[in-house]
Amino acid sequence: MHEISLAEGILAIIERQRREGDFGCVKSVQLEIGQLAGVEVEALLFGMKAVFRDTVADGAEIELISVGGQAFCFDCESQVPLAKRGEACPGCGGYRLHVNDGDQMRVKSLEVE
Amino acid sequence: MCTVCGCAEGNVKIEGEHGHSHDHQGQGHSHGHEHDHDHHHPHPRPAGSKVIHKTVHRYQHQGDVHHHYHFHVASVEQAQQLMADPTQHSQPHSQPHSHPHSHLDAHQHEHAHQPEHQSAPAESATLDFDALLAEEFEPEEYDGELDYGQGPAHAHAPGMSQQKMVQVEMDILGANDALADANRARFDNDCLLVLNLVSSPGSGKTTLLTTTVDELKEDYSLAVIEGDQETANDAERIRATGVPAVQVNTGKGCHLDAAMVGRAADQLDLEEAGILFIENVGNLVCPAEFDLGEDHKIAILSVTEGEDKPLKYPDMFAASDVMLITKTDLLPYVEFDVEACIANARQVNPEIEVFQLSSTTGEGMEEWLAWVAKQVPVCA
Repeated sequence: MHEISLAEGILAIIERQRREGDFGCVKSVQLEIGQLAGVEVEALLFGMKAVFRDTVADGAEIELISVGGQAFCFDCESQVPLAKRGEACPGCGGYRLHVNDGDQMRVKSLEVE
Repeated sequence: MCTVCGCAEGNVKIEGEHGHSHDHQGQGHSHGHEHDHDHHHPHPRPAGSKVIHKTVHRYQHQGDVHHHYHFHVASVEQAQQLMADPTQHSQPHSQPHSHPHSHLDAHQHEHAHQPEHQSAPAESATLDFDALLAEEFEPEEYDGELDYGQGPAHAHAPGMSQQKMVQVEMDILGANDALADANRARFDNDCLLVLNLVSSPGSGKTTLLTTTVDELKEDYSLAVIEGDQETANDAERIRATGVPAVQVNTGKGCHLDAAMVGRAADQLDLEEAGILFIENVGNLVCPAEFDLGEDHKIAILSVTEGEDKPLKYPDMFAASDVMLITKTDLLPYVEFDVEACIANARQVNPEIEVFQLSSTTGEGMEEWLAWVAKQVPVCA
Protein backbone atom coordinates (compact mmCIF):
# COMPACT_ATOMS: atom_id res chain seq x y z
CA MET A 1 0.00 0.00 0.00
CA HIS A 2 2.74 2.50 0.82
CA GLU A 3 4.45 2.04 -2.53
CA ILE A 4 2.50 5.00 -3.92
CA SER A 5 3.99 7.09 -1.12
CA LEU A 6 7.43 5.86 -2.09
CA ALA A 7 6.77 6.73 -5.74
CA GLU A 8 5.75 10.21 -4.55
CA GLY A 9 9.00 10.43 -2.64
CA ILE A 10 10.97 9.47 -5.74
CA LEU A 11 9.18 12.12 -7.79
CA ALA A 12 9.86 14.73 -5.10
CA ILE A 13 13.56 13.88 -5.26
CA ILE A 14 13.56 14.15 -9.05
CA GLU A 15 11.79 17.50 -9.00
CA ARG A 16 14.21 18.81 -6.42
CA GLN A 17 17.15 17.71 -8.57
CA ARG A 18 15.61 19.46 -11.52
CA ARG A 19 15.40 22.75 -9.66
CA GLU A 20 19.05 22.44 -8.76
CA GLY A 21 20.31 21.18 -12.09
CA ASP A 22 19.58 22.18 -15.62
CA PHE A 23 17.84 19.43 -17.48
CA GLY A 24 14.74 18.90 -19.53
CA CYS A 25 13.36 15.48 -18.93
CA VAL A 26 14.34 12.31 -17.18
CA LYS A 27 15.17 9.35 -19.42
CA SER A 28 15.84 6.81 -16.75
CA VAL A 29 15.95 6.49 -12.98
CA GLN A 30 18.37 4.20 -11.17
CA LEU A 31 17.00 2.93 -7.90
CA GLU A 32 18.84 0.95 -5.28
CA ILE A 33 16.40 -1.29 -3.44
CA GLY A 34 17.52 -3.60 -0.69
CA GLN A 35 16.16 -7.10 -0.43
CA LEU A 36 15.00 -6.34 3.14
CA ALA A 37 13.56 -2.90 2.38
CA GLY A 38 9.96 -4.00 2.86
CA VAL A 39 8.91 -2.79 -0.55
CA GLU A 40 6.94 -4.71 -3.13
CA VAL A 41 8.84 -3.99 -6.33
CA GLU A 42 5.96 -4.70 -8.71
CA ALA A 43 3.70 -2.34 -6.76
CA LEU A 44 6.43 0.31 -6.71
CA LEU A 45 6.89 0.11 -10.49
CA PHE A 46 3.14 0.38 -10.95
CA GLY A 47 3.00 3.31 -8.55
CA MET A 48 5.83 5.12 -10.30
CA LYS A 49 4.13 4.73 -13.66
CA ALA A 50 1.00 6.33 -12.26
CA VAL A 51 2.72 9.04 -10.26
CA PHE A 52 5.16 10.04 -13.04
CA ARG A 53 2.39 10.63 -15.56
CA ASP A 54 2.46 14.19 -16.93
CA THR A 55 5.61 15.02 -15.02
CA VAL A 56 9.21 15.52 -15.99
CA ALA A 57 9.76 11.80 -15.47
CA ASP A 58 6.86 10.60 -17.58
CA GLY A 59 7.83 7.41 -19.37
CA ALA A 60 11.26 7.22 -17.73
CA GLU A 61 12.86 3.82 -17.75
CA ILE A 62 13.34 2.39 -14.28
CA GLU A 63 16.51 0.50 -13.50
CA LEU A 64 16.51 -1.44 -10.28
CA ILE A 65 19.77 -2.23 -8.59
CA SER A 66 18.97 -4.84 -6.01
CA VAL A 67 21.13 -5.13 -2.93
CA GLY A 68 21.18 -8.41 -1.08
CA GLY A 69 20.33 -8.51 2.61
CA GLN A 70 23.28 -8.74 5.00
CA ALA A 71 23.33 -9.36 8.71
CA PHE A 72 25.79 -9.91 11.49
CA CYS A 73 25.12 -13.10 13.41
CA PHE A 74 25.84 -12.80 17.12
CA ASP A 75 25.70 -16.57 17.52
CA CYS A 76 28.53 -17.45 15.16
CA GLU A 77 29.96 -13.94 15.07
CA SER A 78 30.10 -13.64 11.35
CA GLN A 79 28.73 -11.55 8.54
CA VAL A 80 26.13 -13.54 6.63
CA PRO A 81 23.72 -13.02 3.73
CA LEU A 82 20.04 -12.82 4.72
CA ALA A 83 17.27 -13.07 2.16
CA LYS A 84 14.35 -12.42 4.50
CA ARG A 85 13.82 -11.18 8.02
CA GLY A 86 12.96 -14.06 10.31
CA GLU A 87 15.16 -16.54 8.51
CA ALA A 88 17.90 -18.35 10.36
CA CYS A 89 21.59 -17.63 10.00
CA PRO A 90 22.78 -19.68 7.00
CA GLY A 91 25.98 -20.41 8.90
CA CYS A 92 24.85 -21.67 12.29
CA GLY A 93 21.04 -21.66 12.23
CA GLY A 94 20.81 -19.03 14.97
CA TYR A 95 18.42 -16.09 14.98
CA ARG A 96 20.44 -13.46 16.78
CA LEU A 97 20.92 -11.49 13.61
CA HIS A 98 21.46 -7.79 13.21
CA VAL A 99 20.62 -6.54 9.74
CA ASN A 100 23.32 -4.19 8.49
CA ASP A 101 22.75 -3.95 4.75
CA GLY A 102 20.05 -4.50 2.21
CA ASP A 103 17.34 -2.44 3.90
CA GLN A 104 17.91 0.70 1.86
CA MET A 105 15.69 2.40 -0.68
CA ARG A 106 17.59 5.05 -2.57
CA VAL A 107 17.49 7.05 -5.75
CA LYS A 108 21.05 6.56 -6.99
CA SER A 109 21.13 8.54 -10.19
CA LEU A 110 19.09 9.97 -13.00
CA GLU A 111 19.81 9.92 -16.69
CA VAL A 112 18.59 13.24 -17.96
CA GLU A 113 18.43 15.19 -21.14
CA MET B 1 0.17 16.22 -1.74
CA CYS B 2 1.74 15.78 1.66
CA THR B 3 5.44 15.22 1.94
CA VAL B 4 5.74 11.52 1.40
CA CYS B 5 2.31 10.06 1.81
CA GLY B 6 0.45 9.08 -1.28
CA CYS B 7 -2.86 10.21 0.11
CA ALA B 8 -4.50 12.75 -2.10
CA GLU B 9 -4.48 16.42 -1.32
CA GLY B 10 -7.18 17.45 1.11
CA ASN B 11 -7.61 13.93 2.39
CA VAL B 12 -5.70 14.45 5.60
CA LYS B 13 -7.66 16.07 8.35
CA ILE B 14 -6.19 17.08 11.64
CA GLU B 15 -8.55 18.10 14.36
CA GLY B 16 -8.18 21.69 15.46
CA GLU B 17 -6.46 22.89 12.34
CA HIS B 18 -8.09 25.84 10.64
CA GLY B 19 -8.08 25.36 6.97
CA HIS B 20 -5.83 23.02 5.14
CA SER B 21 -2.19 23.79 5.31
CA HIS B 22 -0.57 22.82 2.08
CA ASP B 23 3.08 23.63 2.04
CA HIS B 24 5.21 22.95 -0.93
CA GLN B 25 8.24 24.39 0.81
CA GLY B 26 9.09 26.43 -2.19
CA GLN B 27 9.01 23.44 -4.43
CA GLY B 28 7.87 24.16 -7.93
CA HIS B 29 5.85 21.81 -9.98
CA SER B 30 6.45 20.78 -13.48
CA HIS B 31 3.51 19.51 -15.32
CA GLY B 32 2.57 18.81 -18.84
CA HIS B 33 5.83 17.74 -20.27
CA GLU B 34 5.59 15.33 -23.10
CA HIS B 35 8.07 13.71 -25.35
CA ASP B 36 7.24 11.31 -28.06
CA HIS B 37 10.43 9.42 -28.61
CA ASP B 38 10.85 6.00 -27.29
CA HIS B 39 14.04 5.18 -25.54
CA HIS B 40 13.83 1.58 -24.72
CA HIS B 41 17.17 -0.08 -24.32
CA PRO B 42 16.80 -3.31 -22.39
CA HIS B 43 19.87 -5.18 -21.33
CA PRO B 44 19.99 -8.49 -19.53
CA ARG B 45 21.65 -8.23 -16.18
CA PRO B 46 24.12 -10.70 -14.77
CA ALA B 47 22.78 -12.69 -11.88
CA GLY B 48 24.05 -11.94 -8.42
CA SER B 49 22.82 -10.16 -5.37
CA LYS B 50 24.77 -6.98 -5.83
CA VAL B 51 24.77 -5.86 -9.38
CA ILE B 52 26.51 -2.83 -10.68
CA HIS B 53 24.86 -2.33 -13.98
CA LYS B 54 27.44 -0.88 -16.22
CA THR B 55 27.76 -0.71 -19.90
CA VAL B 56 31.29 -0.51 -21.08
CA HIS B 57 31.35 1.01 -24.48
CA ARG B 58 34.25 0.83 -26.81
CA TYR B 59 34.24 2.27 -30.25
CA GLN B 60 36.52 2.64 -33.18
CA HIS B 61 35.85 4.74 -36.17
CA GLN B 62 37.34 3.51 -39.38
CA GLY B 63 35.95 5.52 -42.15
CA ASP B 64 32.25 5.03 -42.29
CA VAL B 65 32.11 1.85 -40.25
CA HIS B 66 32.46 1.65 -36.53
CA HIS B 67 32.46 -1.17 -34.10
CA HIS B 68 30.79 -1.24 -30.77
CA TYR B 69 32.04 -3.51 -28.08
CA HIS B 70 29.78 -3.56 -25.14
CA PHE B 71 29.38 -5.92 -22.30
CA HIS B 72 27.90 -6.07 -18.85
CA VAL B 73 29.96 -6.55 -15.79
CA ALA B 74 29.28 -7.23 -12.17
CA SER B 75 32.24 -5.45 -10.66
CA VAL B 76 34.69 -2.70 -11.22
CA GLU B 77 37.60 -5.13 -11.25
CA GLN B 78 35.91 -7.12 -13.92
CA ALA B 79 35.30 -4.02 -15.98
CA GLN B 80 38.97 -3.15 -15.82
CA GLN B 81 39.91 -6.67 -16.71
CA LEU B 82 37.60 -6.63 -19.65
CA MET B 83 38.81 -3.31 -20.85
CA ALA B 84 42.29 -4.67 -20.76
CA ASP B 85 41.28 -7.66 -22.80
CA PRO B 86 37.82 -7.54 -24.31
CA THR B 87 38.08 -11.05 -25.70
CA GLN B 88 38.04 -12.70 -22.29
CA HIS B 89 34.91 -12.60 -20.28
CA SER B 90 32.12 -14.90 -19.38
CA GLN B 91 29.11 -12.81 -18.53
CA PRO B 92 25.78 -13.16 -20.20
CA HIS B 93 25.76 -10.91 -23.21
CA SER B 94 29.32 -11.99 -23.43
CA GLN B 95 31.36 -12.03 -26.62
CA PRO B 96 32.36 -8.59 -27.68
CA HIS B 97 30.26 -8.23 -30.70
CA SER B 98 30.56 -5.63 -33.32
CA HIS B 99 27.76 -3.71 -34.86
CA PRO B 100 29.20 -2.58 -38.09
CA HIS B 101 26.93 -0.09 -39.67
CA SER B 102 27.59 2.35 -42.38
CA HIS B 103 26.44 5.85 -42.52
CA LEU B 104 25.62 7.41 -45.80
CA ASP B 105 24.81 10.72 -44.35
CA ALA B 106 27.29 12.72 -42.43
CA HIS B 107 26.47 12.88 -38.79
CA GLN B 108 28.17 13.37 -35.54
CA HIS B 109 28.49 10.84 -32.82
CA GLU B 110 28.57 12.24 -29.40
CA HIS B 111 30.19 9.42 -27.55
CA ALA B 112 31.51 11.29 -24.62
CA HIS B 113 29.07 10.58 -21.85
CA GLN B 114 30.80 12.84 -19.45
CA PRO B 115 28.79 12.64 -16.31
CA GLU B 116 28.14 15.71 -14.29
CA HIS B 117 28.25 15.35 -10.60
CA GLN B 118 25.57 17.06 -8.69
CA SER B 119 26.14 15.51 -5.40
CA ALA B 120 23.28 16.19 -3.11
CA PRO B 121 24.24 15.87 0.52
CA ALA B 122 23.97 12.16 0.90
CA GLU B 123 24.49 10.46 4.17
CA SER B 124 24.84 6.90 3.23
CA ALA B 125 25.40 4.34 5.86
CA THR B 126 25.48 1.76 3.14
CA LEU B 127 28.13 0.93 0.63
CA ASP B 128 30.09 3.82 -0.68
CA PHE B 129 29.05 3.65 -4.28
CA ASP B 130 29.87 7.32 -4.63
CA ALA B 131 33.56 6.75 -4.51
CA LEU B 132 33.25 3.68 -6.64
CA LEU B 133 31.34 5.46 -9.34
CA ALA B 134 33.31 8.68 -9.16
CA GLU B 135 36.41 6.65 -9.77
CA GLU B 136 34.77 4.93 -12.67
CA PHE B 137 33.73 8.17 -14.27
CA GLU B 138 37.33 8.90 -15.10
CA PRO B 139 37.87 7.94 -18.71
CA GLU B 140 39.94 4.85 -19.33
CA GLU B 141 42.59 5.16 -21.92
CA TYR B 142 43.59 2.32 -24.17
CA ASP B 143 44.68 2.10 -27.78
CA GLY B 144 44.96 5.83 -27.71
CA GLU B 145 41.25 6.21 -27.13
CA LEU B 146 39.33 7.51 -24.22
CA ASP B 147 36.43 5.55 -22.88
CA TYR B 148 33.72 6.94 -20.70
CA GLY B 149 32.43 3.67 -19.44
CA GLN B 150 29.62 4.98 -17.32
CA GLY B 151 26.16 5.53 -18.64
CA PRO B 152 24.15 3.86 -21.31
CA ALA B 153 25.50 4.98 -24.62
CA HIS B 154 22.46 5.34 -26.70
CA ALA B 155 22.06 8.88 -27.86
CA HIS B 156 22.73 8.22 -31.46
CA ALA B 157 20.15 10.34 -33.13
CA PRO B 158 21.76 13.29 -34.85
CA GLY B 159 20.83 16.61 -33.36
CA MET B 160 19.55 15.05 -30.16
CA SER B 161 20.75 16.68 -27.02
CA GLN B 162 23.40 14.87 -25.09
CA GLN B 163 22.33 12.87 -22.11
CA LYS B 164 24.01 12.97 -18.80
CA MET B 165 23.91 11.18 -15.52
CA VAL B 166 23.01 13.07 -12.41
CA GLN B 167 24.22 11.40 -9.25
CA VAL B 168 21.49 11.70 -6.65
CA GLU B 169 22.15 9.23 -3.82
CA MET B 170 19.12 10.12 -1.76
CA ASP B 171 16.97 7.94 0.42
CA ILE B 172 13.45 7.67 -0.93
CA LEU B 173 12.09 8.22 2.55
CA GLY B 174 14.65 10.95 3.20
CA ALA B 175 12.01 13.70 3.31
CA ASN B 176 10.01 11.82 5.93
CA ASP B 177 13.14 10.91 7.88
CA ALA B 178 14.25 14.56 8.00
CA LEU B 179 10.86 15.61 9.36
CA ALA B 180 10.95 12.74 11.85
CA ASP B 181 14.36 13.92 13.05
CA ALA B 182 12.92 17.42 13.49
CA ASN B 183 10.01 15.96 15.48
CA ARG B 184 12.42 13.94 17.61
CA ALA B 185 14.58 16.99 18.37
CA ARG B 186 11.48 18.93 19.35
CA PHE B 187 10.17 16.12 21.57
CA ASP B 188 13.60 15.74 23.20
CA ASN B 189 13.67 19.45 23.82
CA ASP B 190 10.24 19.20 25.46
CA CYS B 191 11.49 16.27 27.53
CA LEU B 192 8.81 13.93 26.21
CA LEU B 193 8.65 10.19 25.89
CA VAL B 194 7.00 9.38 22.55
CA LEU B 195 5.56 5.92 21.89
CA ASN B 196 4.20 4.87 18.50
CA LEU B 197 1.60 2.10 18.88
CA VAL B 198 1.24 -0.12 15.85
CA SER B 199 -0.93 -3.17 15.21
CA SER B 200 -3.51 -4.61 12.88
CA PRO B 201 -7.06 -3.23 13.16
CA GLY B 202 -9.04 -4.63 16.07
CA SER B 203 -6.14 -5.71 18.26
CA GLY B 204 -7.39 -3.50 21.06
CA LYS B 205 -4.98 -0.57 20.72
CA THR B 206 -7.48 2.06 21.79
CA THR B 207 -8.78 0.04 24.73
CA LEU B 208 -5.25 -0.58 25.90
CA LEU B 209 -4.44 3.08 25.45
CA THR B 210 -7.46 4.34 27.43
CA THR B 211 -6.58 1.95 30.26
CA THR B 212 -2.93 3.00 30.12
CA VAL B 213 -3.58 6.75 30.17
CA ASP B 214 -6.13 6.28 32.96
CA GLU B 215 -3.43 4.69 35.09
CA LEU B 216 -0.70 7.19 34.24
CA LYS B 217 -2.58 10.48 34.11
CA GLU B 218 -2.17 11.19 37.83
CA ASP B 219 1.61 11.01 37.63
CA TYR B 220 2.44 12.34 34.18
CA SER B 221 1.38 14.97 31.71
CA LEU B 222 -0.10 12.97 28.83
CA ALA B 223 -1.28 13.58 25.29
CA VAL B 224 -2.44 11.32 22.49
CA ILE B 225 -2.36 11.56 18.69
CA GLU B 226 -4.91 9.22 17.14
CA GLY B 227 -4.51 8.06 13.57
CA ASP B 228 -7.39 6.56 11.63
CA GLN B 229 -8.53 6.76 8.06
CA GLU B 230 -11.89 8.16 9.13
CA THR B 231 -13.86 9.28 12.21
CA ALA B 232 -12.80 11.00 15.42
CA ASN B 233 -14.23 8.18 17.56
CA ASP B 234 -10.89 7.12 19.02
CA ALA B 235 -9.85 10.63 20.02
CA GLU B 236 -13.21 11.03 21.73
CA ARG B 237 -12.63 7.81 23.69
CA ILE B 238 -9.29 9.19 24.88
CA ARG B 239 -10.73 12.62 25.70
CA ALA B 240 -13.37 10.90 27.81
CA THR B 241 -10.54 9.99 30.20
CA GLY B 242 -9.63 13.67 30.52
CA VAL B 243 -6.41 13.35 28.52
CA PRO B 244 -5.99 15.73 25.56
CA ALA B 245 -6.11 14.00 22.19
CA VAL B 246 -6.06 15.08 18.58
CA GLN B 247 -7.41 12.95 15.78
CA VAL B 248 -5.60 12.69 12.45
CA ASN B 249 -7.70 11.28 9.64
CA THR B 250 -5.43 10.02 6.92
CA GLY B 251 -8.24 9.69 4.40
CA LYS B 252 -7.03 7.04 2.01
CA GLY B 253 -3.59 6.97 3.62
CA CYS B 254 -2.53 3.73 5.25
CA HIS B 255 -0.12 5.15 7.83
CA LEU B 256 0.80 8.27 9.74
CA ASP B 257 3.87 10.13 8.53
CA ALA B 258 6.21 12.54 10.26
CA ALA B 259 4.61 15.63 8.71
CA MET B 260 1.17 14.66 10.05
CA VAL B 261 2.57 14.04 13.53
CA GLY B 262 4.38 17.38 13.51
CA ARG B 263 1.18 19.18 12.58
CA ALA B 264 -0.87 17.23 15.10
CA ALA B 265 1.68 18.01 17.83
CA ASP B 266 1.17 21.72 17.07
CA GLN B 267 -2.44 21.27 18.16
CA LEU B 268 -1.49 19.78 21.52
CA ASP B 269 -0.34 21.63 24.54
CA LEU B 270 2.58 19.38 25.35
CA GLU B 271 3.95 19.91 28.79
CA GLU B 272 7.43 18.93 29.82
CA ALA B 273 8.26 15.57 31.34
CA GLY B 274 5.29 13.90 29.82
CA ILE B 275 4.32 11.10 27.54
CA LEU B 276 2.95 11.43 24.03
CA PHE B 277 1.23 8.32 22.71
CA ILE B 278 0.72 8.03 18.98
CA GLU B 279 -1.81 5.44 17.92
CA ASN B 280 -1.00 4.61 14.33
CA VAL B 281 -3.45 3.53 11.65
CA GLY B 282 -4.33 -0.13 12.13
CA ASN B 283 -1.98 -1.76 9.65
CA LEU B 284 0.93 -4.13 10.19
CA VAL B 285 2.71 -3.26 6.97
CA CYS B 286 3.18 0.38 6.02
CA PRO B 287 3.73 2.08 9.40
CA ALA B 288 6.91 -0.01 9.81
CA GLU B 289 8.65 2.12 7.19
CA PHE B 290 7.66 5.54 8.48
CA ASP B 291 9.63 7.07 11.31
CA LEU B 292 7.46 9.60 13.15
CA GLY B 293 10.13 10.83 15.55
CA GLU B 294 9.09 8.41 18.27
CA ASP B 295 11.37 6.87 20.90
CA HIS B 296 9.92 3.39 20.52
CA LYS B 297 7.51 1.53 18.31
CA ILE B 298 5.24 -0.75 20.34
CA ALA B 299 3.70 -3.63 18.39
CA ILE B 300 0.41 -4.90 19.78
CA LEU B 301 -0.76 -8.40 19.03
CA SER B 302 -3.95 -9.83 20.51
CA VAL B 303 -4.41 -13.51 21.27
CA THR B 304 -7.38 -13.63 18.88
CA GLU B 305 -4.89 -13.18 16.06
CA GLY B 306 -2.34 -15.82 15.13
CA GLU B 307 0.93 -16.54 16.92
CA ASP B 308 2.66 -16.55 13.52
CA LYS B 309 1.94 -12.85 12.88
CA PRO B 310 5.52 -11.82 13.72
CA LEU B 311 6.69 -14.10 10.92
CA LYS B 312 3.97 -12.98 8.53
CA TYR B 313 4.73 -9.29 9.10
CA PRO B 314 8.41 -9.40 10.05
CA ASP B 315 9.23 -5.79 9.16
CA MET B 316 6.87 -4.43 11.78
CA PHE B 317 8.16 -6.66 14.56
CA ALA B 318 11.75 -5.99 13.50
CA ALA B 319 11.09 -2.24 13.77
CA SER B 320 9.43 -2.46 17.20
CA ASP B 321 11.21 -2.44 20.56
CA VAL B 322 8.30 -3.93 22.48
CA MET B 323 5.58 -6.46 21.71
CA LEU B 324 2.43 -6.41 23.82
CA ILE B 325 0.39 -9.59 23.74
CA THR B 326 -3.09 -8.36 24.62
CA LYS B 327 -6.48 -9.83 25.49
CA THR B 328 -4.81 -12.58 27.52
CA ASP B 329 -8.09 -13.02 29.41
CA LEU B 330 -9.34 -14.76 26.24
CA LEU B 331 -6.53 -17.33 26.22
CA PRO B 332 -8.76 -20.15 27.58
CA TYR B 333 -11.09 -19.71 24.61
CA VAL B 334 -8.65 -19.42 21.73
CA GLU B 335 -5.89 -21.51 20.28
CA PHE B 336 -2.94 -19.26 20.77
CA ASP B 337 0.48 -20.51 21.73
CA VAL B 338 2.05 -17.67 23.73
CA GLU B 339 5.50 -19.26 23.87
CA ALA B 340 5.53 -19.89 20.11
CA CYS B 341 4.42 -16.29 19.54
CA ILE B 342 7.30 -14.94 21.62
CA ALA B 343 9.75 -17.29 19.89
CA ASN B 344 8.49 -16.09 16.51
CA ALA B 345 8.91 -12.45 17.50
CA ARG B 346 12.45 -13.07 18.78
CA GLN B 347 13.22 -14.81 15.51
CA VAL B 348 12.74 -11.54 13.62
CA ASN B 349 13.94 -9.32 16.45
CA PRO B 350 16.12 -10.96 19.13
CA GLU B 351 16.01 -7.83 21.32
CA ILE B 352 12.25 -7.32 21.43
CA GLU B 353 10.76 -6.96 24.93
CA VAL B 354 7.51 -8.78 25.51
CA PHE B 355 4.66 -8.09 27.91
CA GLN B 356 1.44 -10.07 28.26
CA LEU B 357 -1.60 -8.27 29.51
CA SER B 358 -5.34 -7.86 29.53
CA SER B 359 -6.82 -4.36 29.51
CA THR B 360 -10.12 -5.86 30.64
CA THR B 361 -8.97 -7.68 33.78
CA GLY B 362 -5.88 -5.54 34.39
CA GLU B 363 -3.70 -8.64 34.51
CA GLY B 364 -0.13 -7.84 33.47
CA MET B 365 -0.77 -4.09 33.23
CA GLU B 366 1.60 -3.35 36.08
CA GLU B 367 4.71 -4.59 34.26
CA TRP B 368 3.79 -2.63 31.14
CA LEU B 369 3.13 0.55 33.10
CA ALA B 370 6.41 0.13 34.97
CA TRP B 371 8.26 -0.18 31.67
CA VAL B 372 6.63 3.01 30.36
CA ALA B 373 7.45 4.90 33.54
CA LYS B 374 11.08 3.79 33.31
CA GLN B 375 11.37 5.28 29.80
CA VAL B 376 10.17 8.76 30.74
CA PRO B 377 13.16 11.06 30.39
CA VAL B 378 14.52 12.87 33.42
CA CYS B 379 15.21 16.45 32.51
CA ALA B 380 16.70 19.27 34.51
